[in-house]
Amino acid sequence: MPLSGLEIYKHLPKTNCKECGFPTCLAFAMKLAAKGAELSACPYVSEEAKQLLDAASAPPIRLITIGKGDNRIEIGNETVLFRHEKTFYHEPGLMLRIKDTQPSEQVTMTAQQVNEYAVERVGTTLHLNGLAIENASGDASAFVSCIETVKAKTNLPLVLMSTVSQAMEVALQKVAVDRPLIYAATKDNWEDMARLAQKFQCPLVVHDEGDLSTLASLAEQVIKAGVSDIILDPETRGLKGTLIQHTFIRRLALRKNFRLVGFPIISFPGEVANSPLEEAVLAAQDIAKYAGIIVLDHFDPSLAYPLLTLRQNIYTDPQKPIQVKPDLYQIGEPAENSPLLITTNFSLTYFTVAGEVEASGIPAFLLVADAEGMSVLTAWAAGKFDAEKIAKTVKGANLESKLAHHKLVIPGYIAGISGEIEEELPNWQILVGPREAVDIPVYLKTVWQAVGAPAAAS
Amino acid sequence: MTVQIPTEKWVGKVHEVQLGATSAEGGTRKRTVIVGGESTLPFLHFEGEIPHRPAIAIEIWDKKPAEWSPALLKVWGDLVNDVRRWAERAVQIGADIIALKLTPSKGEEKGYRGVKETVKTVLEAVDVPLIVYGPGIPEADNEMLVEVAEAGDGERLALGLCEDKNYRTIVAACLAHGHIAIGRAPIDVNIQKQLNILISDMGLPLDRILMDPTTGSLGYGLEYTYSVMERLRLAALQGDRMTQMPMICTVGEEAWRVKESKIPEGVPTAWGEFETRGVAWETITAATLLTAGADIVVLRHPQAVEAVKQTIEDLIAH
Repeated sequence: MPLSGLEIYKHLPKTNCKECGFPTCLAFAMKLAAKGAELSACPYVSEEAKQLLDAASAPPIRLITIGKGDNRIEIGNETVLFRHEKTFYHEPGLMLRIKDTQPSEQVTMTAQQVNEYAVERVGTTLHLNGLAIENASGDASAFVSCIETVKAKTNLPLVLMSTVSQAMEVALQKVAVDRPLIYAATKDNWEDMARLAQKFQCPLVVHDEGDLSTLASLAEQVIKAGVSDIILDPETRGLKGTLIQHTFIRRLALRKNFRLVGFPIISFPGEVANSPLEEAVLAAQDIAKYAGIIVLDHFDPSLAYPLLTLRQNIYTDPQKPIQVKPDLYQIGEPAENSPLLITTNFSLTYFTVAGEVEASGIPAFLLVADAEGMSVLTAWAAGKFDAEKIAKTVKGANLESKLAHHKLVIPGYIAGISGEIEEELPNWQILVGPREAVDIPVYLKTVWQAVGAPAAAS
Repeated sequence: MTVQIPTEKWVGKVHEVQLGATSAEGGTRKRTVIVGGESTLPFLHFEGEIPHRPAIAIEIWDKKPAEWSPALLKVWGDLVNDVRRWAERAVQIGADIIALKLTPSKGEEKGYRGVKETVKTVLEAVDVPLIVYGPGIPEADNEMLVEVAEAGDGERLALGLCEDKNYRTIVAACLAHGHIAIGRAPIDVNIQKQLNILISDMGLPLDRILMDPTTGSLGYGLEYTYSVMERLRLAALQGDRMTQMPMICTVGEEAWRVKESKIPEGVPTAWGEFETRGVAWETITAATLLTAGADIVVLRHPQAVEAVKQTIEDLIAH
């Protein structure tokens, strides 16, 4: 909740000493409110006012960094309840849990799988983000040796899970430099855990099974002990309970600016799931509804891939249509007599059209015009996909080297401008394709074969 | 300390729509399904009513859907050649509703003879409500759905799809025979609302309209559908009457036509095992849209049906 200039002014010395570079304290306050000045420019501001004003300018959900270097993840700092209100900014980390009671070959294999897992989608490579290592044995040396086994295979961020503060301390002595997440401060051990988080400068999970009042009270104690990088574990409770808890936390942070729960959330869907698919459904809800870190207990690519895809979908900025690069794309292995289709560079349009062309089994060229990321109809209505633009795209695609024909299939929705396109491209034959991508396979197998494909192509 | 949870005061609620009619109501169904009625956001029971759980429809076709994913054709086996047995099996595995898809028939001078028989066959085979979809070609939809409406007179079938350029004939058939119209808009709040206005202006009561916001599959536009649904539902709860229709999503159709669920071989190993992936693709698409307010999800794979049923169970648990 940013403060207004007048609210800030109340906390300034009101001496108008001008040392900040402004003629009056009020002018300085106004500039502060507009983020055009730094409070540190005032040499006389009280410590109390400084804290108050700093807190007021902080984001309602604190940004927390886990890990170091390129693999680090940043979570939190969200500003809306619904993605259409603006966007969701920081994708939740998807992690996998390992227990120090597992055989070391298994630990090695899991760490390696998680480290190497990568999948390409819409021009982006999607990854898993780290490993949670649980001190299930309760033994410090087993914990450390498990951590070392994992570290030998990956530099991804870690969550260290232990209820035993001695084991946690020994582990932190080894890997604190990598900024792991400490799991967790509870009502029984929060003093020790807060001390460790302070000493090693690592973020700390605050975990309580009770209601949000007890969680907030515990967070308050940990904050008072000097820890500011906090993640909340309100306890995973199944689909309904988790949805409600996460909604409460998000609303409290954003609507009430309630600082004690103004932190990202960690969840463990495997705790309450009866199968890997059920775990994936819980994780899917966590992605859509406000989790910052999701720790899975099963690694299966056929479930990890849809979850990473969902995360990419939900965290796409709704205000920026995803675009593909305007270019000439080859579907299958087209030859000089293969069909040429044109569409726009709205990624959804592109992927739908490309998918249907692929499904037809007929290799083809797909020419993607720069329509500023709009769909065919929208772009046409906005004048971004008119005869002129289409002609320019065709002329600029260096098609002579690839095609032996001059036939262009246009989307059915712009049938009305086929005449104009023919005027712009006098030596081309314009064929009107289907309106909907789903009809492309039938079109290519029938109409194109009849009018487009050269007779008796060998 | 006691935390005060911020709650919302909603003034609007979703219309209740009953699919299917019992003999007392002029139909022949033993079971009917009511959807809608929510006066709160999906599954947030603490600030409003959720009188009915979301329903699962299973999609079946009037002839073998040759283009379907091999995973689907494998799991249904020879049932796809027999609409009666297919419908029966779908109800056995948990369909609250049967969604019957009609395909255009060729070479019959009457055009679409056989449609009435097909609908009657399915109505006799099962005692749950029916959704009937035309082939998705406006002229064919209009002719066939008029036949369907007559054949199922009084059964409170849901008929689709109405679109802003083609809705009059279908709505007229719903008016004449006591059915429910499904209106589809292209992932657009304003067009959806406009379509609801057009349909209700013809005299169809608001408790006989369902909204299909157009489903984008996971990875293929899901986020657009998701946000349009959240916006529609928020508008409904804020009291906008023309957005208060229950929402229906054709999850199976969309989730099973994408490469991830259709292509078993020659894809990256990171995609994992084919059938698990396909089922997950459908299940996660459905679960995510339930989170956004779906009242009916139309599904295809029995394992996805099972998983989504469990999901709904968990979300409405007391």
